[in-house]
Amino acid sequence: MSHAVMGLVVPGQPHPLLAAEQSPAWQSLRDSFAQAKQRIEESEAELLVIYSTQWPSVIGHQIQADPEPEWVHVDENWHAMGSIPYKFKMDADFAQAYCHAAKERGLHSRTVAYQGFPIDTGTVVALKLLNPDNRIPACVVSCNMYADRAETLVLGKAARDAIEAQGKKTVAVAVTALSNRMFTQPIEPKEDKISSLKDDEWNQKLLEFFAEGRLEDVSQLARQFTAQANGDNKLKAIWWLAALMGQSNRYVGEVIDYQPINGSGAAIVSLTPSTQAAMNQEFDEDDVEHYGGDRKVLDSGSDAQDEQGMENAQASQAAQANLVNAAEAPKPVGAYPHARREGDTLFLSGVGPRQAGSDAIPGGAVKNSDGSANDYDVEAQTRAVIENVKTVLEASGSSLDKVIDVTVFLIDMDRDFATFNKVYKEYFEHIGATRTTLAISALPTPIAVEFKVLARA
Amino acid sequence: MAAGEIVAGILAPHPPHLVYAENPPQNEPSAECGWEVLRWGYERLRKKLDAMDYDVLVVHSPHWKTTVGHHFLGVPHFKSISVDPVFPNLFRYHYELDVDVGLAEAICAGAKSAGLVTQMMRNPDFRVDYGTIISCHLLNPAWDKPIVGISSSRAYYYYNNEVGDREMLALGEATRQAVEASGKKAVLIASNSLSHRHFTEEPEVPEDMRNEHIYHHGQYLWDMRMLKLMKEGKSQQLMDEMPDFIEQSVSECKEGCLSWLMGALQMPSYPAEVYAYGSVIGTGNAIVEWDPKSAEVSA
Ligand SMILES: [Fe+2]
Repeated sequence: MSHAVMGLVVPGQPHPLLAAEQSPAWQSLRDSFAQAKQRIEESEAELLVIYSTQWPSVIGHQIQADPEPEWVHVDENWHAMGSIPYKFKMDADFAQAYCHAAKERGLHSRTVAYQGFPIDTGTVVALKLLNPDNRIPACVVSCNMYADRAETLVLGKAARDAIEAQGKKTVAVAVTALSNRMFTQPIEPKEDKISSLKDDEWNQKLLEFFAEGRLEDVSQLARQFTAQANGDNKLKAIWWLAALMGQSNRYVGEVIDYQPINGSGAAIVSLTPSTQAAMNQEFDEDDVEHYGGDRKVLDSGSDAQDEQGMENAQASQAAQANLVNAAEAPKPVGAYPHARREGDTLFLSGVGPRQAGSDAIPGGAVKNSDGSANDYDVEAQTRAVIENVKTVLEASGSSLDKVIDVTVFLIDMDRDFATFNKVYKEYFEHIGATRTTLAISALPTPIAVEFKVLARA
Repeated sequence: MAAGEIVAGILAPHPPHLVYAENPPQNEPSAECGWEVLRWGYERLRKKLDAMDYDVLVVHSPHWKTTVGHHFLGVPHFKSISVDPVFPNLFRYHYELDVDVGLAEAICAGAKSAGLVTQMMRNPDFRVDYGTIISCHLLNPAWDKPIVGISSSRAYYYYNNEVGDREMLALGEATRQAVEASGKKAVLIASNSLSHRHFTEEPEVPEDMRNEHIYHHGQYLWDMRMLKLMKEGKSQQLMDEMPDFIEQSVSECKEGCLSWLMGALQMPSYPAEVYAYGSVIGTGNAIVEWDPKSAEVSA
């Protein structure tokens, strides 16, 4: 299923906008931008969502939400080419929706709407050439300088979430160079070329994939490409675009142009969803839906989370932060977390005796693989259940002595209650948790005991 | 005309947080407090500079990044608002400043004849980078002296740290020669942090100092090592270790400012004075002064 009506890859240097006449390569790009603009019009897009490698951020990702940013922009490198006055139309509602969707997926993000905010050259060039009359409102997201693939994929998926929620026909634009090695000496514009044959060959390889509509394959190749050809910001823009467009090779790809800009590889590529894949993609790297973060460095301890801190926490982030999955506890057998924190209360999913990793059942399974009954040891099973409960509680920042209420499920009340009750007493005698014990016909795995637990967080 | 001279060389990092926490009238956002150790360090250094007789601030900033060589501000007057693209919530600063275009042209020409690629920036719509604005504000909030603004070329990124350092030493030497020929007294400013790994989350209240600490102990150790070398006047060793320091502490010295300063000061062998050290959103920042007069005194 497609989420955007078209994806575009465009370069962000100002040469095609400001100095096209100086070089046939830059003029060609200028003309190709015009062609891309035509495609956008034909797509009847209602929204342009842009990721620019030239807008760096440090604090998560920033999303432009000023409805009418206006400035006279001058590029820090190419100031001699002239100034770029602009006034853009941004979709502030979408910016908010995108920011929200990013948070829902565990990303740190914020919108920015400040008079005089320095919109980056890449965004300015793309909007000036693709949407000169501001017919289509736009949204721009930053490129976090520390973000790697996982974070950038999730950022792309969050854009997709917001696009789906709003239901607008959207064109996604990745503003990025391919190879990004520029000449550091002045060049004669007419003689601009890709800075090395090697970079050129790698660019051609990517463009072959693009032409076949293999967007996901390009995304998977990004790391090798960057290592070999100095990819622009690790090709994060392509990771973002591929994730936004649905991570597949099902596109009609067209390489509208490929030229040098001061040595860097500048391509204009369009990708429109197609029902047919070029071929099945190989996934060399893991996919990721939700950003867990590898750098939650501010929350170094639970004591840092005082009441004020909790109040300040974004509700949506909190919702995700509330889920606990304990590495030391057995894997859930369905789509549920080990525990969930709501306010001061911790709700645990049902806990059985299976051992983390091996899934072995202490005291034996209740039946053998042929279905015949097994003489299991309920004492060992009960102990294992309580140890697993402890593990999940501790992983959630709680502990056994904070248990409020226990519901116990036994598959054979007559056979097992007395033994279970003895073991239970060892652990819970002084805790004072309320308890209910039920007999049921079966549990999802061949076990005899399961606990459902509520505790103080 | 008496020969010009460098009257002070300063490592003056530019975290916007320091301006934000100070609440000067030029900055739009306001804060309750924050990063006092660094701000008080700047205060003490300011007192010294205010008492000094100097004509111009020459600043090398990491946030004017240029690909084709070294660029110099070449417009006599700028007035605009500087908004930090990374911390726009903290820094939206209305600036108005004068440029010593003559001195800038002299350094530009000198560096060119030394073999570097250089260029004057003549576009009047140009927005002066926030690194320059912040460092200059912290040293001279009255803006009553002209500045020379020098960009950070990408040599470190395109080649390697060693090549980058070599270029910056040459640029520093060209700067010194141009200052001396100008007959002016110049304060040189290297506008970079030391270790430079940031936290990527910001507390709800950015100036909540409970959260402020160095990102990583290894960074702190490197920073202390570099400061010790500065305090001992061991500049050559500092430069020798610079490539490793940059690599291992993700140092903002990669933008070349400090190496340029060492070149301009001709590898000072006199001790530098450290005014303050502190972390800002995890990065290591030191305010350090080299006073060539102190060399004469100790000699
Ligand atoms: Fe900086």
